[in-house]
Amino acid sequence: MNAQGYFSQILEILLALLLAPLLTGWINLWRAWLQNKSAPSLFQPYRKLHKLFHKELVLADHASSLYRATPYVVFGCMALACAIIPTLSTDLPLSPAADAIALVGLFALARVFISLAAMDVGTAFGTLGARREMLIGFLAEPALLMVLFSASLLSKSTSLTTIVDTLAHRDLAIYPSLAFAGVAFTMVSLAENARIPVDNPATHLELTMIHEALILEYSGRHLALLEWAASLKLFAYSCAGLALFFPWGIADALSPLALLLALPMLILKLALGGALLALLESVSAKMRIFRVPEFLATAFLLAVIGMLVNILLGV
Amino acid sequence: MSAFITQFINLLAAILLMLAFAMLSQRRILSLIYLYTLQGATLVAATAIVGYVTGQPHLYFSAAITLVLKVLVIPMLLHRVIDRLNVRWDVETLINIPTTMLIGIVLVMFSFYLAEPISQMSSTIARGTLGIALACVLLSFMMMITRSKAVPQVIGFLSMENGLFFAATAATYGMPMVVELGIALDVLVGILILGVFMFHIRERFDSLDIRHLEKLKED
Repeated sequence: MNAQGYFSQILEILLALLLAPLLTGWINLWRAWLQNKSAPSLFQPYRKLHKLFHKELVLADHASSLYRATPYVVFGCMALACAIIPTLSTDLPLSPAADAIALVGLFALARVFISLAAMDVGTAFGTLGARREMLIGFLAEPALLMVLFSASLLSKSTSLTTIVDTLAHRDLAIYPSLAFAGVAFTMVSLAENARIPVDNPATHLELTMIHEALILEYSGRHLALLEWAASLKLFAYSCAGLALFFPWGIADALSPLALLLALPMLILKLALGGALLALLESVSAKMRIFRVPEFLATAFLLAVIGMLVNILLGV
Repeated sequence: MSAFITQFINLLAAILLMLAFAMLSQRRILSLIYLYTLQGATLVAATAIVGYVTGQPHLYFSAAITLVLKVLVIPMLLHRVIDRLNVRWDVETLINIPTTMLIGIVLVMFSFYLAEPISQMSSTIARGTLGIALACVLLSFMMMITRSKAVPQVIGFLSMENGLFFAATAATYGMPMVVELGIALDVLVGILILGVFMFHIRERFDSLDIRHLEKLKED
């Protein structure tokens, strides 16, 4: 390990913390444009965070310490997830701390905490949201694991930096298994990030909301942290998708120049990806909650077929 | 270059498999027809590329026949049939869709396992995709079994023929021209006859549910 590695690691975390709300704002902007609405400012998420951090904290009478600790745990999980996913450089000192499987575990830890906290206060909506969240989570997790395994099979490692390193430096080759994994990953990230076919991030309608129901009781800086964590999660998923399926431009060498080039590349890829996500959300309709298992079963099966195709074609 | 083209053919094969799965999970007849058209288009691309790599001009002809028949004529006929029969709504399946997909994945494993020794004997460029072609045939076959309405069954039949065609291209660089023309005509005539059948079934039973055909006596 050297100073360069630590520098790129710190840069990556700072970048994730700063860019994540911007990505959310960018997606909201495109969503509004595509739906012929007048768009909110690109920096609206920052303003919201600023406002929430300065608001008074209101706690329920029965709230336990778990309820108070949850925003920090969730935020910490998401920040660590952003730190171990190679976005700018594959030379990350933190990456041996957690491999692809541990990454899924991190997301699961955050999910368990937020579901427990939602049930802690004892409102009906919190419990409802927690149940739905767990339903989606337990179906999405195996699919995500299978996607990561497909990528691991190609690089013979579960370490995220090794996977991305191998994928970025392969000869020009087409991996059909990655096509399957890519479709499955898109479906899983839509479900995990409370996006439209599964959940609507902009609704407070009690019949349909999942993510919003979980954080309904939170206020002030707790809510700000949770909102920020949600942005970070979206950022982490986008970066993981970009790193696995479009790994070009990520720096590996120990040169500041490569890092300098990786940054605009990443921002360009995220901008394109965000616009595509908004398009995907605008053209699809929210599905019934009972259709969600079907949706996620499809994602799981696609990922499994990706692995099988990988074994059959032997690439 | 050749390795790259093999990979491209593999990718097209994988897309065929993905489309077969998409058909299996699809409830709407209209989307089924679109998926079938896409499957035909993928098949055209795969055949043309195999023809280009191996320098076999007759594969271009079969690609052209596929294009005209499976991308243009048959989807158009199917669209007209569902317009005239007015059956654009959702179709029910006999087994629920997640179960169907789980059975589908078992079928895929089975056909991959079955095709492996066969494809080792072959020396063609696309031999690895034989398992995928077999899986497509079995998946379409299962789609025919699990649907109770006439139109999805016909689409299952047509997509099974797509799988067979791809298997022939992958394993032996296509069948002789006469056989291929014969099959193409058979499919065309088949769809016409099945179309007539559908109208008759509807006229007789006021429904396209083929379970009505199992009754031998009038009520």
